[in-house]
Amino acid sequence: MIELKNVTKWYGPFRVLNGCSTHVAKGEVVVVCGPSGSGKSTLVKTVNGLEPIDAGEIAVAGVSVDNKHTDLPKLRAKVGIVFQHFELFPHMTVEQNLVLPQVKVLRRDADEATAKAVGLLERVGLRMHVDKYPGQLSGGQQQRVAIARALSMDPLAMLFDEPTSALDPEMINEVLDVMVELAQDGMTMMCVTHEMGFAKKVADRVVFMDRGAIVEDAPSDAFFAEPESQRAREFLAKILH
Amino acid sequence: MLTIDWRTLYDAKDVLLAGMSITFQITAVAILCGLALGTVLAVLSLSPYRLLRNGAQAYVALFRSIPLVMLLLWFFLIVPQFLKALFDLPSSIDVRLISALVAYSLLEAAFFCEIIRAGIGSLPRGQMYAAQALGMTPMQAMRYVILPQAFRAMVPVALTQCIVIFLDTSLVYVIALGDFFRRMTAIGERDGTLIPMLLFAGATYWAVSTTLIATTRLIQTRWAR
Repeated sequence: MIELKNVTKWYGPFRVLNGCSTHVAKGEVVVVCGPSGSGKSTLVKTVNGLEPIDAGEIAVAGVSVDNKHTDLPKLRAKVGIVFQHFELFPHMTVEQNLVLPQVKVLRRDADEATAKAVGLLERVGLRMHVDKYPGQLSGGQQQRVAIARALSMDPLAMLFDEPTSALDPEMINEVLDVMVELAQDGMTMMCVTHEMGFAKKVADRVVFMDRGAIVEDAPSDAFFAEPESQRAREFLAKILH
Repeated sequence: MLTIDWRTLYDAKDVLLAGMSITFQITAVAILCGLALGTVLAVLSLSPYRLLRNGAQAYVALFRSIPLVMLLLWFFLIVPQFLKALFDLPSSIDVRLISALVAYSLLEAAFFCEIIRAGIGSLPRGQMYAAQALGMTPMQAMRYVILPQAFRAMVPVALTQCIVIFLDTSLVYVIALGDFFRRMTAIGERDGTLIPMLLFAGATYWAVSTTLIATTRLIQTRWAR
């Protein structure tokens, strides 16, 4: 579903991504972790072309992301992404946040889009908040709306960029629960997260990054049982208590 | 000497109201055209294409660095000839008004461009990312996500600018266009009562501006739920 080959990216003289290669198969859940500044967020954002790359190849469902002739908006509509800071549209109600992209991008009619939106909000437990504005919701609720919004586009795969990092601790689980359910429903997912409990529970593979490079790419059981690299061992020792 | 001759003012009320109408016409056209063209310029100045970006920025830099009086005189000297040459205009049309409308609109576009750009700049970068990640084209993202928020953010500054425009319209004095201010001074010069007339004109501008400011405050507090 998602293929990355030797992805390299520079910010000026600084190499943020250094020959990263990995893949996410259909229905697979891959967790990307690593210390801050290791390039994990940048890596997931390259998958839908939000971060252009300088070298290497990325393909989603067989369509090249880095090709100039690719219709990027069309490709992005098929890949959902959930951001650290939710990025709901604050001037629209929760319902409008879910309806507008369906109507304007997928050309669905308003009734169909609204029905879809209400169904998804029900699924993330926020049906009663359809008419509220994002600013009236808690962080956890906003992030669940953001997940529902991404799902409203019927994505082939979902990307998560530290979806729980900006949340108060008591709200992390409500978001993780939605993600776990999504994973169990067979969604293809690539998640940058520090939530190792989530990774242990649903991840098929763990990709460990350090200084822009993929240091380890292993089935999650193997990764947590005995990481191969010294760097990953140190990271896990720090993050798991 | 400083007493205002209310009788004269009352007799001249039609002339003065016609003058105020011109003042408001210029203000309204400058705001509407300035806002429309300013929005286009703001979007162009954020375009990924260097030519468009530089063009918009050059426009803004040019219009912001010319004194308004000079701009009005230039347009008064250039635009009428240009318009006459282009469309065979009947002589009854006041070309002074048209040249003033064009000058103010083009100038205010530069100011509104900067205000809108600041409004766009005040939004988190993630909003553009989020819109594009949902498959919106850059134009759709601008239209549905970025600009509506930018307009809200810029409302206080934009309203201030509207009042500045209203006050600045009095500069059409230099092209002898009969706006409210020009007509007040004409009456003052005719009757030898220039100073009281200027004071009265000033009080009128003050009253209108204060009313506009109070109204906008009211609207803003209503909006801020």
